[in-house]
Amino acid sequence: MSVTTETDQRGWWRRNQMRAAPWLFLAPGIAFFALYVIFPIFQSFQISLYRWDGLGEARYIGMRNYHELLDDPAFYTSLRNNVKWLLLYLLAIPGGLFIALFLNQQVRGIRLYKSLFFFPFVISQVVVGLVFAWFYNPSIGLFNPLIGLFGLGPMNVLGNPNTVTYGIIAAGLWPQIAYCMILYLTGLNAVDPEQVEAARLDGAKGWRMLWYVILPQLRPATFIAVVVTVIGALRSFDMISVMTNGGPFGSSRVLAYYMFEVSLSEYGFRMGYGAAIAVVLFLIMLVYIAFFLWRMWREERGY
Amino acid sequence: MFPTPVERRSNAVQTTYKALLPLALILWLMPLLMVALFSIKPDSDFTQGNLWGWPSSFVGFENYTRVFTDSAMPRYLLNSVFITVPTVIGAVALSCMTGFALGVYRFRSNIWIFFMFVAGNFVPFQILMVPVRDLTLNLGLYDTRLGLVLFHIAFQTGFCTLFMRNFIRALPRELIEAARVEGVSEIRIFWYVVLPLMRPAIAALSVLIFTFIWNDYFWAVVLTQGVETQPVTAGITAFNSQFRAAYHMMSAGSIIAALPPVMMFFLMQKHFIAGLTLGAVK
Repeated sequence: MSVTTETDQRGWWRRNQMRAAPWLFLAPGIAFFALYVIFPIFQSFQISLYRWDGLGEARYIGMRNYHELLDDPAFYTSLRNNVKWLLLYLLAIPGGLFIALFLNQQVRGIRLYKSLFFFPFVISQVVVGLVFAWFYNPSIGLFNPLIGLFGLGPMNVLGNPNTVTYGIIAAGLWPQIAYCMILYLTGLNAVDPEQVEAARLDGAKGWRMLWYVILPQLRPATFIAVVVTVIGALRSFDMISVMTNGGPFGSSRVLAYYMFEVSLSEYGFRMGYGAAIAVVLFLIMLVYIAFFLWRMWREERGY
Repeated sequence: MFPTPVERRSNAVQTTYKALLPLALILWLMPLLMVALFSIKPDSDFTQGNLWGWPSSFVGFENYTRVFTDSAMPRYLLNSVFITVPTVIGAVALSCMTGFALGVYRFRSNIWIFFMFVAGNFVPFQILMVPVRDLTLNLGLYDTRLGLVLFHIAFQTGFCTLFMRNFIRALPRELIEAARVEGVSEIRIFWYVVLPLMRPAIAALSVLIFTFIWNDYFWAVVLTQGVETQPVTAGITAFNSQFRAAYHMMSAGSIIAALPPVMMFFLMQKHFIAGLTLGAVK
């Protein structure tokens, strides 16, 4: 009896394994991902409609968290800083391209140079933040003596509400430029040498060559560079937390940081309000996610 | 090649280029070099205002030893290892399976599941923060390394699936078809045919995830607190308040905290870059 069931089961597996196998392989991954990533997104939307301190009873208050956001100056400061981050962070792309072009040679030791130029990206943002905080520090940092050479300063970059965000962005650009550089170096490796030679015979060089021959071939690298840079800009949290804690006077907050501050710090555990900020940040990011998926979908169709 | 190789240019250009390289590198790494210099100086150099000059004595060895003997740094480093290594194993294992399923089989919801992983991988952490913290609390895993590991595995599965699936798509399909004709079961195809071919992808992904997780700060702060559980990225802040204003010690501590991923990168450079630049050409 038991023997027949076993052959039956094996028979079922035999007959259906092509349909069952993918789900078998997907099950653990999907379960984890749904539990920790997909459901929480919806839960955050829901929590944003409540007043909740994370422990006690949650009270439904409708859209009131969002109404409060509209009158919250700290929210606008954060939003403005997010825009600054987004725009200025994109400088990492031309910056990375520039260094990649500079290093795309075959002299001796160039491989080591490429690695050393890249390695700010490997260091944790926390350490990058610390390093730059000391670099800017008016009493021990090298920044003021450096700008002093050009007759500028001295200034306290991180202590001044007008400069603090730019100072942090500059620190953030450092690893990001390294990242874009490596993307472009890989892209440049794949540039078709025959096209370059042909263009050279036609008298193209310098900027025109770069613009009309090289950059079109670097499109995939540029696309990825834009995606990772935008996402990096909107995710900026570590550096702000380490370098300034959002200060001075909250002037270097971004949405990601303000959300954390509202929900998990001495400002009180306002989970609902924090979730509302997170929802706004998520909706901004959604534009880019949708764009990325749309492009991917177009490519898949051609597959 | 673009730009024109310097070998084809005049001698003057070649010499200038070779001279510019180290200069540019020094400028580029300036902030880091400053910290490296700080870390080998004695305390007295800072009080006497000898900041960037030659160290009055080389005490690098003493400073770095003190990081290990006088602080909780070894504990934090160990925590980082116990968080990072299981995450790498878990995320790579899960995504080998999901990548295989999405890369090999054609079924209607395939692309949507794939997009779910890709989209989830890009969401801002903040939208997950409150529910994930709550979930971890309810599971009794708040302030444990396991709680952090489980979340990291789940989140990294998004990126890893994207990576693995694209890699498997590029493998020759004939191998799988041939095995099927022979009557090999799907599970055996996964284990004996596809998995061995995925070795380079597994290596690349492992190095990448190791770096990502080692450098994570946000989730460490959200899901753990204290010396027993926090990884070194979060511990460095505690370390710095212990050595407040002792810049030589803080510098040495930071360098030690940053070192493991750097070593990983230099050892596994080829895999690392292959992983990072996947999709940069095509």
